[in-house]
Amino acid sequence: MVELEKIVEDTAVELLRIAATELHTEYVEELERAMEKTEGAVGRSQLANILENVGMARDGSRPMCQDTGVVAFMVKLGDGFPIRSGIKEILVRATRRATEEVPLRPNAVDTFKGNTRDNVGLNGYVPIVYFDLVDGDGLELVAMPKGGGSSNVAAHSMLKPGLGLKGVKQFVIESMAKAGSLGCPPYFVGVGLGGGEDLCMILAKKALLKPFKVRNPDPRVAEMEEELLEKINELGIGAMGLGEGPSALDLHIEMAARHPASLPVGVVISCWALRHAKAKITSDGRVTIDKSA
Amino acid sequence: MEYKLRTPVPEGEIRRLKMGDLVYVSGIIITARDEAHLKALELHESGEQPPVDFRGVGIFHCGPIMKKVDGEWTVVAAGPTTSARMEIFQDKFIEAFRPAIIIGKGGMGDRTTKACSDYGCAYGAFTGGAALLAVKGIKRVRDVFWLEEMGMPECLWVYEVEDFGPMIVTIDSHGNNMTENVKKKILAKKEKILASMEG
Repeated sequence: MVELEKIVEDTAVELLRIAATELHTEYVEELERAMEKTEGAVGRSQLANILENVGMARDGSRPMCQDTGVVAFMVKLGDGFPIRSGIKEILVRATRRATEEVPLRPNAVDTFKGNTRDNVGLNGYVPIVYFDLVDGDGLELVAMPKGGGSSNVAAHSMLKPGLGLKGVKQFVIESMAKAGSLGCPPYFVGVGLGGGEDLCMILAKKALLKPFKVRNPDPRVAEMEEELLEKINELGIGAMGLGEGPSALDLHIEMAARHPASLPVGVVISCWALRHAKAKITSDGRVTIDKSA
Repeated sequence: MEYKLRTPVPEGEIRRLKMGDLVYVSGIIITARDEAHLKALELHESGEQPPVDFRGVGIFHCGPIMKKVDGEWTVVAAGPTTSARMEIFQDKFIEAFRPAIIIGKGGMGDRTTKACSDYGCAYGAFTGGAALLAVKGIKRVRDVFWLEEMGMPECLWVYEVEDFGPMIVTIDSHGNNMTENVKKKILAKKEKILASMEG
């Protein structure tokens, strides 16, 4: 048991290191294609700088961005996995260790007392941990550190249901135009639709983790994803908001049912450095790290 | 055009820069974000001096990752942070301390643009997130102030740099602002897209 706890902790530290230092190959290739297609010298130079920087991070196992974000974990805990409530404390320990070992920037601030210096803080809320209880006896961990610049341009609205899907689409376009240069484009976009004022934001954040360029299985949602992505690129934000190159690389929608009187929409935006890493751990401690985007 | 500046940069050299130029800086750049700007301005207003002279240097909107190796501070990652947060006091800062160039990402607004033209300053956009590219240009950590009080991301780190860049001049000292120009185009395009969705 003690050994399994150590395995989970080491894996969580490793996931934070991978997330901070290795951009997924699929994203890198998309940025390379985007650079080839970009005609303006300013846009090309921004994409070239990003790609050079990403290479340096991978080669030297160093964080690609100084803003290593607020740490979040998405946990799928199997019914038969031997560690239960103890997972939380293990993830807190892993966050403290990764802060020293990767290193990550201390990004957890107590608004009254200042920086906590270890990325952990206040009433058990940070690192942020999302638990799902699932079948089986395994554990799946996703580490997702997210930077402040792109988090600051997230948007939320409780639309009037009468505005319908058109209203939803218009709100997404408005939000992206407002984000403009501020959150390090080209962006990844997550849209959460339904579920209430809180859940739509969580859905939007989780939508960022859906497989790259794989459209929603519901053809109506898939069509909306494609339409929104195309229109966001028509806005012409460009790399770093300088008007040249892509504005967004991908967009996913995640839906939940809603109250009849509410049409909640959440838009969560990631900078070009969409950082996440996933691992599966079996009940006897075998670890598989999944590096696909 | 491409320019290589050395701090302290004389005002005349800043006045030569035009929107769209590429610049590299050698000499001194100092990190300062929200809290450091606030504190420096509070000191100035009460007639005191901040612990380091900002005149003619680069002010870097950056909260780096630093690590002490054998008792010496080293830079792990140091890309720019979103400059727009500093728009609320950057003009006062430029007026009070007369830095040569503000380095950040995402651009700044009308107040900073006016201060740049009034006092001979410029804004250099460094590629956001390119934290290791930035480290390449930093040769030594000369000093740190307000670390205990503000923590690693917010305090003043004084870096000795060599050809730190490239940066694109997106605000020059002649009233031009590239990001604002792009923003106007984005907003115009947005109106068209929203209108097309009405149909």
